[in-house]
Amino acid sequence: MATNTIAPDKEKLLDWYHQIVLIRQFENACDDLYKQKRITGVYLHLYSGLEATGVGSVAALGKNDNVITAYRDHGIAIARGVDPKLVMAEMMGKRTGTSGGKGGSMHIAERDLNFWGGYAIVAGHLPLAAGIALKEKYVGSENVVLCLMGDGSTNNGYFHESLNLSAVWDLPVVWLIENNLVGMGTRVETSSGQPDLVKRAIAYGMEEGPRVDGQDVIAVHQAVSEAVEYARKHGPILMETLTYRYKGHGVSDKQYDVREGFKEELDEWHHKDPITILANYLKANFGDIQPELDQIQQEADKTVAEAIAFAESSPNPTYEDLISNVYV
Amino acid sequence: MADKNVSMREALRSALMEEMERDESVFVMGEEVGAWQGTHRITAGFLEKFGEKRVRDTPISEMVIAGAAVGAAMAGLRPVAEIMTINFAFLSFDAIVNAAAKVHYMFNGQFKVPLVIRAASGWGNQATATHSHTPEPVFAHFPGLYVGCPSNAHDAKGMLKAAIRDDNPVLFTESIALYPKASPVPDEEYLIPIGKSDVKREGKDVTLVSYARGVEWSLDAAKQLASEGIEAEVVDLRWLRPLDLEPVFESFKRTNHCVVVEESLPHFSFGSEIAAQLQEAAFDYMDAPIKRVSAMDVPLPYAHDIELMALPNAQKVVNAVKEVLK
Amino acid sequence: MAQEIKMPNLGSDMSEGTLISWSKKVGDQINEGDVLAEIDADKATVEVPSPVSGTIIDLIGEEGATLKVGAVIGHVGDAGEKVSGNGNGNGASAPAPVVQAPAQQQTQAAAPAPAPVPVEADGGNLPGGVKASPVARNLAAEKGIDLKLVQGTGPGGRIKKADVEGYTPAAAPSAPAETAAPAAAAITGKSYGDLPAPNPDIEIIDVVKMRSRIATRMIQSKQLIPHFYVTTEIDVEALLNLRKQINAGLDDAHKITVNDLVVKAAALTLRDFPNLNTHYYGDKLVRYKRINIGMAVPVNNGGLMNVVAKDADKVSIGTLAQTNKEMIARAREGKVKPDDISGSTFTVSNLGPYNVEHFMAIINPPEAGILAIATAQKVPVVKADGTLGVGNRMKVTISVDHRVSDGAEGAEYLQKLKALIENPMQLLL
Repeated sequence: MATNTIAPDKEKLLDWYHQIVLIRQFENACDDLYKQKRITGVYLHLYSGLEATGVGSVAALGKNDNVITAYRDHGIAIARGVDPKLVMAEMMGKRTGTSGGKGGSMHIAERDLNFWGGYAIVAGHLPLAAGIALKEKYVGSENVVLCLMGDGSTNNGYFHESLNLSAVWDLPVVWLIENNLVGMGTRVETSSGQPDLVKRAIAYGMEEGPRVDGQDVIAVHQAVSEAVEYARKHGPILMETLTYRYKGHGVSDKQYDVREGFKEELDEWHHKDPITILANYLKANFGDIQPELDQIQQEADKTVAEAIAFAESSPNPTYEDLISNVYV
Repeated sequence: MADKNVSMREALRSALMEEMERDESVFVMGEEVGAWQGTHRITAGFLEKFGEKRVRDTPISEMVIAGAAVGAAMAGLRPVAEIMTINFAFLSFDAIVNAAAKVHYMFNGQFKVPLVIRAASGWGNQATATHSHTPEPVFAHFPGLYVGCPSNAHDAKGMLKAAIRDDNPVLFTESIALYPKASPVPDEEYLIPIGKSDVKREGKDVTLVSYARGVEWSLDAAKQLASEGIEAEVVDLRWLRPLDLEPVFESFKRTNHCVVVEESLPHFSFGSEIAAQLQEAAFDYMDAPIKRVSAMDVPLPYAHDIELMALPNAQKVVNAVKEVLK
Repeated sequence: MAQEIKMPNLGSDMSEGTLISWSKKVGDQINEGDVLAEIDADKATVEVPSPVSGTIIDLIGEEGATLKVGAVIGHVGDAGEKVSGNGNGNGASAPAPVVQAPAQQQTQAAAPAPAPVPVEADGGNLPGGVKASPVARNLAAEKGIDLKLVQGTGPGGRIKKADVEGYTPAAAPSAPAETAAPAAAAITGKSYGDLPAPNPDIEIIDVVKMRSRIATRMIQSKQLIPHFYVTTEIDVEALLNLRKQINAGLDDAHKITVNDLVVKAAALTLRDFPNLNTHYYGDKLVRYKRINIGMAVPVNNGGLMNVVAKDADKVSIGTLAQTNKEMIARAREGKVKPDDISGSTFTVSNLGPYNVEHFMAIINPPEAGILAIATAQKVPVVKADGTLGVGNRMKVTISVDHRVSDGAEGAEYLQKLKALIENPMQLLL
């Protein structure tokens, strides 16, 4: 794999910083809104802690490339450039949401941004990623598909069938495992015979990509950029980021943070927080940058506040919405 | 041009070939569709004609066959995915039900899924419990999906072409027993619109409602009944979704008697649905309870005698008609 | 838990009755057995007793309303208790007993026959009281045909479209041009021409409801049931002697009647002829294990009531006589209990007290037979030793539904009955 890349410039880094902070603030707001019952429903899977993986990987794509993910999708949507207002409206089941209030938090998509959505069946989007990649190959484009998935997806039949098919058909897919060490409540080492997940590539004769620090947006971006270039030229590649889920599996997961050893582990990972890591890098390389970071923080807060205001003032879907788009 | 007598197999093959010739975005994928020439020979000669790009052999991976076809369709291609037999579509169930049938609605119209999943269906010749399913009604349960089930060569061709040109996902099943059966098929192009049923025989005494292979039994039964002075009307629904029941209601209002004929199982079935809708729409026209002729409520055995015992046939239809006309 | 009070059985031909009055009101205390309501059952007033003691929680139906047999008409429970929701109890009857408002009653009362025989098996919950397909109902309504007059040929006697299409009102004997159905015609009298104008030589009397019902029921029985009749003559010398002996030691209140003995004999004989202790329901027969003998009792206003001697084959002659006496008295007063008039499996019609030589009775559907008892007569007889003498003989005729049984069985029944009555000691066993 190619390793000669140019370090991202300040502007790009500040943009990533902005995205990470925005996602963090957005998810914190969602958590609060859910507790206040302003966001309802049974499912809400927060991306807190995983932001560097989402922002770094999506930043490695061109605008004609494709991205698809699972149900922990708010962060990916925002990283891909979906307006947080529309994402928040979808959270609240409003007519102005990305799916008109019919998809909910797990089904955010934006066709115009080639963001193919979040999918709620674990690994259910993997074959779709293969199919989208097949189309790119079929029409002779150079576009790739970035398919994010949790570590929990890797033990499902879809994982096997999709990765294998992508290998035999040389499909341009970057299979990216966001390994946050636990699938719902089961640890990777408990659920996987080969917990070094990226090694699964060997079984499919597929390029084995790197296992990178998922908290370091620069490292993620670097590794995914290389994987994307590989996929564009040669076909599928499997890679992995090591990251951590600050919150429970979903907002209804009340038991997660009282588990044995959780506090120590959480503290440990908070020391590797994506925001801290990137801020430290910026400070080390660009001097007194704190005022700019504070400014970004304020902007993010404002964006989230506007998103909430927009969503709450939006209309509910109607009977016509209920019955529309069942069929084309 | 004169119609030619053509087998349903040949009719399906020509439908698929014509659509691939017409539209570059149409392609086939599935197990043994290429080098093997298709398990049921529907794609015989396709690999040679269209090449590997458009005739794609897959691993034995029904989950991803259906799922990747959904992805390709969402992205703008028009895949015709073959599941060798409908029995294996249970492995594809999630991709069909949770993806194909849902993405258009779930993302509020942002994606279309112009997909056809073809699968051979039905029992016979001791294929045993796992290889004898006719679960079309199970799939027809889900909004977002169309389900087509032709009963003869003519319909098969027009229906498959319509399915391929439609922007919605279609599960298209083909009765294995009907593949060799021939019927007149026009040379010129024709489409049979999705969701249009067809009165295959007119009669005044009883309405037989069926689809796919059940139509054959119904027509055979009607012939026998006619010799005894009973005139049965046979309505072939052709599509289980969308369900076009108007001709059934219209017929029932004249005959006041109905027997539903299905190759599939009786519980929560096609027959149950027709009976339910019929009593809602035409209660005041009922002269007897609606009867269903279905497979018996058992898994299908191997031994041929008891296999046949479990399955519907024309005689069972005749008996049921006499029962409702009592 | 509140106890449901149900509309009692009012006799085999009754599926509904009219609420005359409530004897209690909501909130009242009631003891088990106390009368809760009085129902007009055409033939008499039936008192509805409370099955339990407690407080009346609710009463369903206004006075004058028509209530269906078996319907819940009220609840008795603890004070302040609420009746739990509809269908909460297992097999609870739907509390919808009011089948017609009192205002409609007059026209309904004039309406003709009861439902065809097989249909009554369905317990009166069918719409309009008849088993008919929806299209048959519509067609009948369109043509103005009363479905109760149409014979159903479908499964279980269901009236089908073809039955309605093929229905032609049978001509009433004297006025075939009348379009009204025959039974209706017979009752309304329209088929006999216009009612004469009132004049001093005649009195015009309203036909009481009971009379109408008897009329329609008997027409129906005679029209639908292929009766055959078998008669025999029985030597009752020994029976009358036995009765004399028994009664000799009894006060008037406990004396037994010839009727009691004949009922007992008829019941015991039925044990050997279960086919005659059967009710006919089209494609099904209901064979009863209990032998309950209905007895036609003339009542004051000119009607008849069938009181029922339960298990007449089993209970002792003394008990039978006592129970019969009480029931007959209540019937004559028009105050029967629901139980008095329900459950008949076979009927005995006794005209013995009226000095008749011989008669034939009409079967009470859905029963399979009825026994007609004439008056014992002194007649010249050839005695066993060949000499001429005076005998005491009684003619007995059994009417049998030919759909259920045949002549030979009727004859064998009489043979056995005759043997029993002529050797009556067995009646006391």
